[in-house]
Amino acid sequence: MSLLNVKDLSIRYQQTAVVDALSFSIDRGESVGLVGESGSGKSQTALALLGLLPRQASVSGSIRFDGTELVAASEEALDRVRARRIGIVFQDPMQALNPYLRIGRQLREILVRHKLARGAEIDERVIEMLVRVGLSDARRQFHAYPHQLSGGMRQRVMLASALIAEPDLLIGDEPTTALDVTVQAQILELLEEIRDNTALLLITHDLGVVAGHCERMLVLEKGRLVDVGATTSLFASPGHAHTRLLLDAAPRIDRASALPQATGASILGIEAVSVSYKAFGNEQLRAVHDVSLSLRSGETVAVVGESGSGKSSFVRAVLGLVPMLSGRAVYAGAPLEGPVERRVKAQRRDLQLIFQDPVSALNPQMRVQSIVAESLLVHEPGLSSQARLEKVVEALGQVGLGDEYLGRYPHELSGGQAQRVAIARALVLGPKVLICDEAVAALDGSVRKQVLALLRKAQEDTGLAIIFISHDLAVVRAISHRVAVLYMGRLVELSDNAPLFSRPRHPYTRALIDAVPVPNPVVAPKKAPLRGEVPSLLDPPSGCVFHPRCSYVKEICKSMLPATRDLQGARVACHCADEIDLSL
Amino acid sequence: MLRYTLLRVLGAIPTLLLVIVLAFLMVHAAPGGPFDDERVLPADVEANIARAYHLDESLPKQLLRYLGGLVQGDLGPSYRYRDYTVSELIGAAFPLSLKLGAMAMALAIVVGVSAGTVAALQQGTYLDRTVMAFSMTGISIPVFVVAPVLVLFFAVKLQWLPAGWSSSTGASRMVLPVITLALPQIAYIARLTRASMIDVLGRDFVRTARAQGLGTLTVVRLHALKPAMLPVLSYMGPAIAAILTGSVVVEEIFGIPGLGQFFIRAALNRDYTLVLGIVVFYAALIVLLNLIVDVLYGAIDPRVRYR
Ligand SMILES: Nc1ncnc2c1ncn2[C@@H]1O[C@H](COP(=O)(O)OP(=O)(O)OP(=O)(O)O)[C@@H](O)[C@H]1O
Ligand code: SF4
Ligand SMILES: [Mg+2]
Repeated sequence: MSLLNVKDLSIRYQQTAVVDALSFSIDRGESVGLVGESGSGKSQTALALLGLLPRQASVSGSIRFDGTELVAASEEALDRVRARRIGIVFQDPMQALNPYLRIGRQLREILVRHKLARGAEIDERVIEMLVRVGLSDARRQFHAYPHQLSGGMRQRVMLASALIAEPDLLIGDEPTTALDVTVQAQILELLEEIRDNTALLLITHDLGVVAGHCERMLVLEKGRLVDVGATTSLFASPGHAHTRLLLDAAPRIDRASALPQATGASILGIEAVSVSYKAFGNEQLRAVHDVSLSLRSGETVAVVGESGSGKSSFVRAVLGLVPMLSGRAVYAGAPLEGPVERRVKAQRRDLQLIFQDPVSALNPQMRVQSIVAESLLVHEPGLSSQARLEKVVEALGQVGLGDEYLGRYPHELSGGQAQRVAIARALVLGPKVLICDEAVAALDGSVRKQVLALLRKAQEDTGLAIIFISHDLAVVRAISHRVAVLYMGRLVELSDNAPLFSRPRHPYTRALIDAVPVPNPVVAPKKAPLRGEVPSLLDPPSGCVFHPRCSYVKEICKSMLPATRDLQGARVACHCADEIDLSL
Repeated sequence: MLRYTLLRVLGAIPTLLLVIVLAFLMVHAAPGGPFDDERVLPADVEANIARAYHLDESLPKQLLRYLGGLVQGDLGPSYRYRDYTVSELIGAAFPLSLKLGAMAMALAIVVGVSAGTVAALQQGTYLDRTVMAFSMTGISIPVFVVAPVLVLFFAVKLQWLPAGWSSSTGASRMVLPVITLALPQIAYIARLTRASMIDVLGRDFVRTARAQGLGTLTVVRLHALKPAMLPVLSYMGPAIAAILTGSVVVEEIFGIPGLGQFFIRAALNRDYTLVLGIVVFYAALIVLLNLIVDVLYGAIDPRVRYR
């Protein structure tokens, strides 16, 4: 008999069904992936399994867990199942752990409540668990508050809390989505290592994760189960059109892109830019260190690196949104100087920025038409209102939004539509350089694909130059001409797309590439390429800042900062770049 | 933590000074003098009295003299009770007021927090609506209406409790004054607790705690109560001030010989040093209690502490 048997599960809010007649089962020890776009009902399903849906939700159907019916079960009955039989890991460990309570206490209480240990044994078991999930110095971390830990460490604690009562089923609801790829690889590896015979229900939008870690997969579309089967066979021959759509939209780190060379004239030159912030007291936190980059028209340069690597600070300094400590930027022959408000209008018009979160970037009180027209009022005040409207309509058309969107408010748009409005607002001015800071990170696969395609189209039509900040190397491989890799505020490698992904020169670049899960179940997932997390910028390592995590480290790396040098077209900052072969 | 506390203490000093100066100026700006209602005095006697109490000096000089005394805990002599200093008078009357205020505060916190928490857990139910309706009433009806109604019902009609202070001895005479004083605070704290508890219960970490099968009681006690208490704790400052002012009215109504009653007498008698002394004392008390609240806040929220 299956461990978990879900039959005809429906979840409704008022009249709308968010999950509709869902049936599936999970066997003991089995790993199952649940995939689907945002809003397809994945998290609702997970919450239903634990009886955690809000009161307003009406649930019907049956959830049988090891013989016990969970739909409409009493809180007491559910409490016997929670943690003890089914553990769960949520997406954002900062929100999901109690910020007011030491982590040891949060874990302890689970053992106490379920009477799994007593007396001094309780703390011992908690510490043992913390060691198992890889918290160095677990005895001290026992007394830490969540905000004193890094994101990866917090997620390890979350995992410890889900597994400490030794459940039979572990649910992971996007457990690694909020983390860097390098940390994601570590957490996924850890998950495999310590779950023993615990069954796994892994909810994710990332087909690479499913391919590497799940034997079977379930595909949800708008609350309905449209496809189910062994991961290998579904990847090879999808049973449903929606599965095929998801697979097609998944960016592939293992496939070369087919972009033609960018041959435009150089338009933006950035030389040795540094940025520093004031940290506590008088300490200076150096977020960006002497980064140089140039950009041609019609070219896309991607900037990649783990969180905190200084990607955003770098472009913000170029745009004049944060002060530049040193260095200079030249746009079309003229220097970009001072804060953005004091720059000449033409420069402000020609350099546009798009943020990650589309909804908060749009004024909720304005209609789409006014949002897009607003900057025209500033930059082209002479325009008649008729001409302005035409421009707005044209810009919206460029991003695939028809006239019917003119009168809408931001809250009446989906995430993807809102991001397209934000892009239209940037494009309406006819910018020469567009800077996208994680502009597609929040979007679903298929929408992301559309948005990327329309950016590419705008580039082909107008020779737009794009700086594309992203943590997603698979997307970067598909759309960029060149790639700049940052680590702790330093440029460690800058290279053309093809050589970077086939023969990276810097060990960090190779590690980033290896960390990306490949959406191909036939390829076994690689071992997590990097241990640990990025050190604090307030106390950077000596010599090469990457040396504590580098597997090629030599004696010289610990004391001497590697110079940036040219190596067959690539710029690399590594002492050993010409000795080691990192080809994939 | 020590640094945080120290900073708070230093920050409180200018506030206190400002309050003292303002109170001083206000008392001195009030029309009439302490000796006006007595029979008309010969000019030279009046001048003598003025000199004895330093009333002939310039205002800034008087202020400095007052502050100088204050540093040594000397609030000056009373104009009316001429054998006593203001400090002695306050020292004699305050313990009773403190007892009354502390009991009212404790009652308000215990009942308010419990009622608010229960209402939040039962959000939208009949019980929730009842609690909210009661607290709305509690907030909107003033003390001088509540007191007679309570007296009428519990003392006169049911005869469970004494109506006034002097009519009985023992603890029972405290009951009605404490309830009267606490009622609006119970109501306010209940509403505040309910709102913030509902907010906290909706947070992700509470969902995590529920997913761990901890049970409602543990979830609330261990996970939700602390953060939900933060807004309530912030309200403690205003609540303390409200209880102090309320106690003036309540002491007068029930005839309790506490500091509040003294204050009213002093004002009617134009005993300005006593009025000023009590105002300064209350101000210092409020600042001190607010300080404690601030430090407690840091103790509850680790993120404040480490900042
Ligand atoms: N206003 C600020 N004050 C102080 N430090 C800051 C500020 N903004 C950013 N930082 C710090 O600067 C460093 C680089 O930040 P930045 O936002 O550029 O990183 P990122 O690579 O864009 O990361 P992510 O992928 O998380 O967006 C981080 O250590 C960050 O904490
Ligand atoms: S310089 Fe040394 S430590 Fe740094 S990346 Fe190269 S090999 Fe590794
Ligand atoms: Mg960023």
